[in-house]
This record gives sequence, structure tokens and C-alpha cells, in this order.
Amino acid sequence: MGIIETKGLTKRYGAFTAVDHLTLSIEPGEVFGLLGPNGAGKTTTTLMLLGLTEPSEGSAQIAGVDCTRNPIRVKRFVGYLPDNMGFYPDMTGRENLRMTGRMNGLSGAALEARIDELLKRVGMAQAADKKTGAYSKGMKQRLGIADILMKDPSVLIMDEPTNGIDPEGMRELMTLIRALSERDGKTILISSHQLHQIQQICDRVGIFVAGKIVACGSIEELGRQMEQENGCRLEIRAQPGGAPLCRMLAQMDGVLSVTQEDGDTVVVHTREDMCDAIVARLTDSGMKLRHLRRRGGDLDEIYSRYFEKAGEHHAANSHADKRKRAKG
Amino acid sequence: MQQTLTRTRENGQRDETRTRGLVTLYRKELADHLRSARFVLIFALLGLTSLAGLYGALSGIADAVSESSEFIFLKLYTASANSIPSFASFLAYLAPVAGLALGFDAINRERMQGTMSRLISQPIYRDSVIVAKFLAGLTVIALMIFTLGIGVGALGLVCIGVPPSGEEVARLAVYLLYTVVYTALWMALAMLCSVLCRHTATSALIVIAAWIFLTMFATMIASVIANLVYPIDGIMGFANMLDNYELETTLNRFSPYYLYCEAVSTLLNPNVRTIGIATQASLSGALASYLTFDQSVLLVWPHLTCMLALTMAAFTAAYISFMRQEIRA
Repeated sequence: MGIIETKGLTKRYGAFTAVDHLTLSIEPGEVFGLLGPNGAGKTTTTLMLLGLTEPSEGSAQIAGVDCTRNPIRVKRFVGYLPDNMGFYPDMTGRENLRMTGRMNGLSGAALEARIDELLKRVGMAQAADKKTGAYSKGMKQRLGIADILMKDPSVLIMDEPTNGIDPEGMRELMTLIRALSERDGKTILISSHQLHQIQQICDRVGIFVAGKIVACGSIEELGRQMEQENGCRLEIRAQPGGAPLCRMLAQMDGVLSVTQEDGDTVVVHTREDMCDAIVARLTDSGMKLRHLRRRGGDLDEIYSRYFEKAGEHHAANSHADKRKRAKG
Repeated sequence: MQQTLTRTRENGQRDETRTRGLVTLYRKELADHLRSARFVLIFALLGLTSLAGLYGALSGIADAVSESSEFIFLKLYTASANSIPSFASFLAYLAPVAGLALGFDAINRERMQGTMSRLISQPIYRDSVIVAKFLAGLTVIALMIFTLGIGVGALGLVCIGVPPSGEEVARLAVYLLYTVVYTALWMALAMLCSVLCRHTATSALIVIAAWIFLTMFATMIASVIANLVYPIDGIMGFANMLDNYELETTLNRFSPYYLYCEAVSTLLNPNVRTIGIATQASLSGALASYLTFDQSVLLVWPHLTCMLALTMAAFTAAYISFMRQEIRA
């Protein structure tokens, strides 16, 4: 039984279905990435998990507490970092944290100690007494993490935490998030459309398109699944290359197609992984291998593939809709 | 037994959560208001106009005293001279501005800043956000109005040297309290706008338009409508007079400004014996005397309760629309 459990979670806005029967289970201590394009329903899902919006159907539970019926209890141990989280610009970072602490029932010396500890942890100790109106986006994001840690949550939900942050800040943020999971054993749910960063820190990802999870698992699992469905693609550059190389590769067993891309790169589409066979063949025929890379298996490929699939589906649907409307 | 115990504990926890969120937010809002440049500006504006009103009253008070020498202290608030309006009429115009300034961006600024989603992800009840804002605004309004009212009285006392009687103090207390409710009505309306409008500029424009319309143009429109329905010139003129006047007064009373002014003139002027129309018959046998305090209050009791009801209705509308709104990041 996971710490976050949703069963048939659905949210409709009029005729539009934002989240479509989402069933998801996240294990304690896991970093889960909810990946999808803008408008896929990620934010709606996180809002339902916090009881900020009511689901049209289905249910969501965090640590056995129903999110819709008992939102206050859920909010006691779930930290939520919203997209574009803001602070009161006229108050300092410390004052903003103090207010959050008070709302969570902290006070006195314990509150101050906690603020100091968290400010140090996110590396904001020097800027703590500046007004937050003067903070950069990266600083705000770090203060935001300190803010949601004020209540010492066991589950963290972050909505697009990497939006608009420079690469250096991004790296720090990723280290921080990873440490929260490994050192403090917190369960973290990250929703994002930025794959690369998320790929580095997630144990598992769910690809979320048009309100549905189209694939779910670790990156390796998704890559393997992809391979089974679509075969494997190899990028090859060899000396001498060109037409003889293509011809030779096309004659091999198990090769589905060979295409020459710009430059000397040849892409071989095979049913299964046959790196070794191809290398052996090249060496036999006296060609020098310059470059060999497997395409697919990285998140980019997976992501774009799933989005394409879903995109086509989506386009077809809206086309049908239009026709229906035209008839009516 | 066990079950009851847990339930009691849960209830206790719930109460604690409610007050904790409310108190934290109330303190923050109050501090925000008192430190804001906006509050200083509004307070300065009201302070200066009160001084102007007092100055006018002091220069006109000699004439007023020559007419009747009773209730001189109240004249500090109502007498006007040299075309400077009195303190009471200044306040009737400008108190709504204070209410509007305190409320027009209450909710939508939080939303634009992104602090709203942070607030509601804390373990507090959602309504404590809007309730705390209203209560903090109400506190600031009460502070402001009573400071002004008592300040003007103190200055005036120094100048004229006639202490207020007990009845005058009671009348002033009711007057200032009523002004607080009137200002709170405008603040509640402004908060409603701030819930409904996405941008602070839009809600500011709407509430300012409403203020200008209701304080300045509503009376004109009421008389136009009354004249259209019951023309007072022409052959039916004389017969229509009563209906015309009654319709006009009824329409006017839809405007909180008119309602307020009617009540205030009765409260601060014991000479006012009736509001609206009085026939010859109802005046026959009446003694030419001042109305006592309780009779004055009785006369405008509908006005007082009506203002309170309007304020509560406006706040309830803001409350409900805020609670039903989905807050997206």
C-alpha cells in the first residue's frame, strides 16, 4: 500500500476532462516524477491531492487520510510547493517563514530555531533578513522549499519546481531535493514538463498526457518497454561510410530499415538490440567504427514518443468533435 | 467512551486550528494595514478634511448659537460655514474611500503575488483568510473613525470650552459606530470585487465607479425617474406631488449614502422630528421641542439595521464566492 494512493481520480470542467480516471500508487520514500506537457492535468491532480479542489469521481488518499474529506489533516503533513509560489514582498524571508510556522502551530524558541536551521539548509541564511520583493527567482524557490519544510512534512508535492531557474540554481535545487529523499526519507512527488532534471532525481516517472498516465515506471523500464514496442535504433558513423555501409547493414538479419541522415550518420532500425553483431560485422569488413549510439532509452525519446502518440490521438478526437459540431 | 474521547480531542484540535490560522492572519493583516503607505495617506486625507470641517464649524458656530444655544457640542460636527462642508458631510463622502482602499485588492493581490496558494496549503480553514482580512479591516476602520471623531471633539472642546452633555456623548457614540458600519459596507463591497475580479486595477475601477455613482448621481437619477413616473407639472401636477416625493425617497434610500446621511442628520440634530413626508394632520398638536435620544434612535432604527444588514450581505456574498472559487497556482 503506497503512501499516496489515487483510485479512479477524475476531474471534469464542464465537458472537458482534465484528469481521467487516474490510478496511482506512490511508495514511501520514493521520488516520483509526474511528467507531461502543459495542460495535461498535472496541477489539477496535485490540487485534488491537497483537497483544494474536489474530484468529480474517484478518491485520493495520503497516508490513509482521505484528501477530499479531511484536507486540513492532510495539509498537516503534506508540504505543497506551488508553481509560481510567492511571498509577501514587504516582509523579509525570515518573517515569511515565521508566519508559515505560526500557522502550523509553532511558536517561541522552537519556531526561531527551526527557521534558522531551514534557512541554513537551503543556503539562504545571508539573505534571510532582506525583503523577499528583492529576491531572485532561484532564491524564492529555495525559500519556498524552506517554507514547505516548516511543518516538517512527510510528503512533499512540488509543482514545476525547476521553472525559470538558471542551470547553477537548478543543480543546487536537484541536490537539495535528492537529499530530502535520501537523508530525510521524505516522499516526493514532482510534477514537471522538464524531463532532463527530473530524470536525474526520480526513482520512477509517470508520463501524463491529456489526463491519463500513458506509461509508468523507472526510466530503464520505460526504455525497455519502448524497445519491445518499437525495436531499437542505432546511430552509426564509420570510415568509409556512405552507400556501401548502408547496403551492408541492410543485408543483415533482423534489420528493419536503414536510413542515411545528414552527414555520415546512418540510423539502423532493428527488432532487438544487436550492437555486438553490427560491430563484429563492421570489423570483419574492415570498416573503422567512429561513432555508435543507441537511440531511445533516454527520457527525451520516451517522452516525445508518448507525446506524439497522445498528440495524434488528441488531434483525431478534436477533429471528430468539430465534425460532430458541424453536423449539429 | 474511547470514541467520545477521540472525538473530543479532534474537536479540540479543530478549534485550535481555526483560531491559530485566524489569529496569525489577523495579526499579519493588521500589521500590513498599519504599516502601509495607503493607510497613512487615507488617514492624512481624512484628518485634514476633519480639520477643515472643524474650522468651518468654529467660524459658523456663533451664528448657530444665536439661533439656539442647546446642543452646541453637536454643532461642531454638523455646522458649516464659508462653503466648507461640516465634519459629518466630509465623512459621509470620504469614509467610503477609506473602506474601498482597505478592501479593493484584499484577495486578488494575494492571488497575483502567488501567496494565496501558499496560504491555503497550510493546515488552516480557508475561510479564515477572508474572515481575518475583514476583521483586520474593520479594526483599522474603527480605529480611524473613532480617532477622528474623538480628536475633532477634543480640539473643538479646547476652542469652544463648552463640555458635551451625556446625551450628546451618546449621540456621538452611536454616530461614530454607525459610520464604522457604513465604512465597513464599502470595504465589504470592495472585497467582493476583489474576489470576483482577477486584476486589482479592475476591482479598483469598479468600486470607485460605484462610489461616485451612489454618492453623486443616484439622487439625480431618482428624481428623474420620479418625475417621469409622476410628472409634477401639467394638469396632474398637484395630485402627483405626494406620489412623486415618496417614489423619489424610496429610490434614494437604495443608495447607502442617502441612507447614511438621513440617519446621521437625525442622530446629530435633535431638531429633526421626522424623516420623509409629514402631513399637516400628523403635526397638529405636536409640542415644539427636541427629540430625546432614544426617540431619535427609534426614528432611524430601520436605517441602522438596514445598514448592518447590507454590510453583512456584502460580506456574505464575498465569503461565499471566495469559498466556491477554485484557487489555482
